[in-house]
Amino acid sequence: MIYDMDEQHNIAKQKMSKNKLEAVIEIRDLRKSFGDNHVLNGFSMTLYKGENLVVMGKSGSGKSVMIKCLVGLMLADSGFLAVMGKEIKTLDRKTLDALRSDIGFLFQGSALYDSMTVRENLEFPLRRHKEKLGNIKDTLPLVHEALENVGLAHTMDLMPSELSGGMKRRVALARTLILKPKIILYDEPTSGLDPITSKEIIQLMRNIQKMYGTSSLIITHDVDCARVISERMVLLVDGVNYAEGTFDELSKSTDPKVEAFFKK
Amino acid sequence: MAYVHHTSEKLKQFFIEIGELSYFAIRYFKEFLKPPWEFKELLRQCYHMGNRSLVLVGVTGFIIGLVLTLQSRPTLMEFGAVSWMPNMVGISIVREIGPVITALICAGRIASGIGAELGSMRVTEQIDAMEVSGTNPFKYLVVTRITATTLMLPLLVIFGDMVALYGSALVENLKGDVSFQLYFNTVFDALEFGDLIPATVKSFFFGFTIGLVGCYKGYYSKKGTAGVGVAANTAVVTASLLLFVVDFIAVFVSDIFYDL
Repeated sequence: MIYDMDEQHNIAKQKMSKNKLEAVIEIRDLRKSFGDNHVLNGFSMTLYKGENLVVMGKSGSGKSVMIKCLVGLMLADSGFLAVMGKEIKTLDRKTLDALRSDIGFLFQGSALYDSMTVRENLEFPLRRHKEKLGNIKDTLPLVHEALENVGLAHTMDLMPSELSGGMKRRVALARTLILKPKIILYDEPTSGLDPITSKEIIQLMRNIQKMYGTSSLIITHDVDCARVISERMVLLVDGVNYAEGTFDELSKSTDPKVEAFFKK
Repeated sequence: MAYVHHTSEKLKQFFIEIGELSYFAIRYFKEFLKPPWEFKELLRQCYHMGNRSLVLVGVTGFIIGLVLTLQSRPTLMEFGAVSWMPNMVGISIVREIGPVITALICAGRIASGIGAELGSMRVTEQIDAMEVSGTNPFKYLVVTRITATTLMLPLLVIFGDMVALYGSALVENLKGDVSFQLYFNTVFDALEFGDLIPATVKSFFFGFTIGLVGCYKGYYSKKGTAGVGVAANTAVVTASLLLFVVDFIAVFVSDIFYDL
């Protein structure tokens, strides 16, 4: 089931309410290679305001590369990448940093700073973006609020090494929330977690979307995660947007490459 | 033929590494001059690298002073020149042994520590997380560490020299009945600016080299936990080798200026 891109966008747009029509992330014909390994071969997709879009692909299919290109952590070989109307490759460092304050990024391994306490981890993004929150002097209430929203207010003075895998993921989520981002990019949010903790994280992601009204781009190969959280899905196969649709549409597909994702 | 190809590849890799290291150093100076400056992190690094190396540098310096004096004593006695002991030990420690030994110890302790720390931060995406949060990781992690090692090493060298001289004075006091006051008076009479200034200046370069190599190896460590070990190991080896190259250049240059 290979969908026509324009048709897909129209279907998706019809499904979403009016306030979701605004594209917050737009990727067109993205290409990225590492030597002879062509990871992305013209990948295209759009994330609309307020939606939860899941991108699924096999390990090594270029999902993480794609979102790293989106925030300027990697340079794409070619293609168009725009976040909230700003084309990434045309931005200078200062503008890119300002844009990044509107993008939360949850890393696969949580990426908490080992040498800092939970509180310092959460305060770290505020160092350069205090003006965004009205030049606040006391950061403690913000840290407390963010930790409270992930149910970990009591861990403020602990070191990351004292936390479990699930707790680390929650703290990392709190760190992305502290700047009140408009978009959150999740890189394998449930990888390495047990099924119960995974469910808790997925529930937390849903709550956060309701609370903060964020748009979410979720990179995963966890079908359960995709089923619960996705409003729309993109399947990344051979470096391109192979199929796009809702979870139900894609899970009923008879295309062997699409079916492979949903086989238990 | 295969051997020639292998050697040329190794040489090519060597020159690429030299080029990258030079570019890394240029980037350090560029970022060093640009605000915002990370003073708090710089102080923290100075504390970590300076204060926490004191015991190691002190113990090593003390033993070197002790051993140098014990081993030189019989030879000097043979020539009836044992009264020259403070002069000989003082000059050799201040000019060469103190700075080089302290720098080598710091290369082992600090360069490997920086290499492993930054390497593990790279592997666990902490450096990426920093970049995404709007903080320039090069400025926060690299500039502060290189500046801290550059500032702290001369202080550690001075401390190491003092402890080494104390060790030497102790041996002279116990074996030769030379008072501490006489020993240190003789040492300071023998030392000139031409001994102190080049030694102190080259210590700054030693510190810079240690920080630069440690940061470079860690910052660009390859993915994977094995890469962290490789970064730490190669940081020590490269920094130690470069220290001798820097020492040779420093001695060569100071020879021109001070006619040693």
